[in-house]
Amino acid sequence: MFEALTDRLTEVFQRIGRKGRLTEQDVDEALREVRRALLEADVHYTVVRDFIAAVRERAVGEEVLRSLTPAQQVIAIVHQELVRVLGTERVPLQWASQPPTVFLLVGLQGSGKTTQVAKLGYHLRKEGRRPLLVAADIYRPAAVEQLHTLGRQHDLPVYDEGTKANPVDIVKRAVKLARDQGYNPVIVDTAGRLQIDEPMMEELERIKEAVRPTEILLVADAMTGQEAVNVAREFHRRLDLTGLILTKMDGDARGGAALSIRTVVGVPIKFIGTGERVDALEPFYPDRLATRILGMGDIQSLIEKARQEISEEEGKKLQEKMLAGAFDLEDFLRQLQQVKKMGPLTQLLEMIPGMSQLLRQQQVQISDDEYKRVEAIILSMTPEERRNPDIINYSRRRRIAQGSGTTVAEVSQLLTQFKQMQRMMAELGQLAGGRGRGALHGLLGGRNPFGGLTGLDGMPSLGGLPTRPTQAPHPARHTKKKKKRR
Amino acid sequence: MIFSRFFRRRTPPTPQLESGLRRSRQGIFRQIVQLFERNQVDEELFEDLEALLIQADLGVTTTEALLERLRERVRRGEVRDPVEAREALRDEMVALLESAMRNRRVKIYQRGVPFVSLVVGVNGTGKTTTIAKLARYHLDQGRSVLLVAADTFRAAAIDQLKTWGEQLGIPVIAHAPGADPGAVVFDGMQAAHNRGIDVLLIDTAGRLHTKSNLMAELAKIRRVIQRHVPEAPHEVLLVIDATTGQNGLNQARVFTEAAGVTDIALTKLDGTAKGGIAFAIARELGIPIAYVGTGEKPTDFAEFDPETYVDALFFGDEED
Ligand SMILES: Nc1nc2c(ncn2[C@@H]2O[C@H](COP(=O)(O)OP(=O)(O)OP(=O)(O)O)[C@@H](O)[C@H]2O)c(=O)[nH]1
Ligand SMILES: Nc1nc2c(ncn2[C@@H]2O[C@H](COP(=O)(O)OP(=O)(O)OP(=O)(O)O)[C@@H](O)[C@H]2O)c(=O)[nH]1
Ligand SMILES: [Mg+2]
Ligand SMILES: [Mg+2]
Repeated sequence: MFEALTDRLTEVFQRIGRKGRLTEQDVDEALREVRRALLEADVHYTVVRDFIAAVRERAVGEEVLRSLTPAQQVIAIVHQELVRVLGTERVPLQWASQPPTVFLLVGLQGSGKTTQVAKLGYHLRKEGRRPLLVAADIYRPAAVEQLHTLGRQHDLPVYDEGTKANPVDIVKRAVKLARDQGYNPVIVDTAGRLQIDEPMMEELERIKEAVRPTEILLVADAMTGQEAVNVAREFHRRLDLTGLILTKMDGDARGGAALSIRTVVGVPIKFIGTGERVDALEPFYPDRLATRILGMGDIQSLIEKARQEISEEEGKKLQEKMLAGAFDLEDFLRQLQQVKKMGPLTQLLEMIPGMSQLLRQQQVQISDDEYKRVEAIILSMTPEERRNPDIINYSRRRRIAQGSGTTVAEVSQLLTQFKQMQRMMAELGQLAGGRGRGALHGLLGGRNPFGGLTGLDGMPSLGGLPTRPTQAPHPARHTKKKKKRR
Repeated sequence: MIFSRFFRRRTPPTPQLESGLRRSRQGIFRQIVQLFERNQVDEELFEDLEALLIQADLGVTTTEALLERLRERVRRGEVRDPVEAREALRDEMVALLESAMRNRRVKIYQRGVPFVSLVVGVNGTGKTTTIAKLARYHLDQGRSVLLVAADTFRAAAIDQLKTWGEQLGIPVIAHAPGADPGAVVFDGMQAAHNRGIDVLLIDTAGRLHTKSNLMAELAKIRRVIQRHVPEAPHEVLLVIDATTGQNGLNQARVFTEAAGVTDIALTKLDGTAKGGIAFAIARELGIPIAYVGTGEKPTDFAEFDPETYVDALFFGDEED
């Protein structure tokens, strides 16, 4: 289900690796996987073509051909290129030298303009500004009322003239009012429109002409497909966009449209929308989006996935146990099996932005084999041992090791880490307790999804999975365990 | 049914403008005439076809599947030149949509017994507008209609539906903003019964399919409906924006699991987007498209017809 690109690339290079040296053709085969990943992420067809050509040039020129970890090398190059296109620097909102500054939000129907107007107002007021929101969508039923409601809810002043006046005049008078009464900035909500709707596009040109906005921001839905290119290009041609807000990033869309838009219009991505509420506006981090486009980083869907797989009831029970410090290896095993249902562990971990890179940097390998090993160890324990690991003395360890095809040291390591995890859970439980979250969700810890999932910050690794430092990374390094359990 | 007829605009376009619009809307295969003016079916033709299908948002997998079928027909000697290839591809595309159409539940409308339609989808796809269109469509067929404002979350969503209700002269059952959607639906069901309404249209809040609590809310709404009428809802419409890319497939999958989607309404086809994700949804999930939206007015709406759709959006409207 989670076809992480890294996995597919590793597979390609493993297949190739057996025959010795890599060739340019091998790189091309890998790039076909990259291409596919980008297309599946909704990056535009021609943008992908040019992008792959650029990556290929670098890949062939660079050390990929000689590299021991070609999959990682290719990913690294692709990732760097993505970040480069997405914009390495954050570009803040620009302000007019003469207040009030005008921000004009434009875009297709339903992309999230009205909501982002309120979000921007809310955000800027927190920074000490006095924003004025302007309702210039006179067409859509209750559009004015929508902005008013948002304004009322959050104490943001809204200027409107109902639906009878002309949007150009409304905006002009709003700016005058702002100038007279010291509102700054003026944030204008416009009606949704198709980029091919001539009269409606002309309306925007006239608004632009009348009030000279400092920022004209295209509000685009992260779920947009291939048309993003045409839409952005046309809005840009008519209006000279200054930036982009990518909305609905709280879902599981890969957001490749952003790459397309950046490529064709080149304006910076200023914010991302991550929810329906006014505080769900976040700065844009190219690195995260790059990882996400590659299908390698998506905490949100990981968490959601976890939530789907673990029924609420089960989750509650587990959580209670955790809080009571009564979480035992039996529960752990069950949880492990739940996690396994979600997909291969390696892929799950790679859904966390930056995780795959970290795993590599620390040269830690958490493979699905490890996962099976842990399962095998626990399955070799008696129910009593699982419930009360403290009774597992040396001779029991030896028996378990034999039964699971592992070593005593591995069994001991697991037990130590399990204890660490229990402790950590109790702490986490105190933090997240009482909020009715599922156990695994609690484990992932709402705010800090890394907590407890990874081996970072001295925290035990996922579910106490023993992680082992590996030797020099090698492409054909799938330490196949002889024991194949189910 | 001619597509160009329901491409209507808010402002009457000027003649010169109209041709511009038509150009942008012409079938993507039309635009690349040379494609089929080649004299042989070669790899290059397949590459170009791939480019066109992917740019129409069919996605890599569905595109490959369609082209594989085309290759198969070339191998069997049924397709010998680009013109035959074009026809064969068109047929495959229509057949794909038709295979999903076979899963359609027949919609049986009875006088005075509410046909319950639950309209769902991610944020901003056009649910509320589609309700207005559906309402008008049913009114045209002489059915009485009642609207239920079960989006109690989004700012002024209730006002939006009420505005449509007023314009169309249809009653709207609504509670205060923030109220429990289940309670509104309950009232709506009761009102529909008491008033002997023919069609009950339920507007729900936009929600991303990844939010399991919100998806659970839909399941709850279903239960409320079923407490009144066990075989309802008779229709669960998933509204998909034609501009949507590959994420549409996830949307369809999860909404179907949570809310039992029966049909899709594909909106915003008046833009330049082709809605190709509907092919992926038909292929992988077998969910049929029932309606298409082609504008912001209640009349910008039509029942879905695979041939018309494929011809108009992919191969150019013959009547143009
Ligand atoms: N999940 C999510 N929903 C969002 C986000 N931004 C906006 N929405 C929702 O998307 C829907 C459309 O948002 P609006 O702000 O009304 O969009 P608009 O562009 O003003 O729409 P029109 O004026 O009709 O063209 C609403 O349901 C919003 O609550 C976001 O970042 N995440
Ligand atoms: N061009 C075009 N616009 C449409 C179509 N259908 C809906 N819209 C517009 O899309 C925007 C969103 O429509 P709504 O009906 O409010 O969408 P929704 O799904 O109810 O939105 P939420 O309730 O916020 O999730 C509005 O501006 C509509 O006018 C269509 O077929 N074509
Ligand atoms: Mg709006
Ligand atoms: Mg709505």
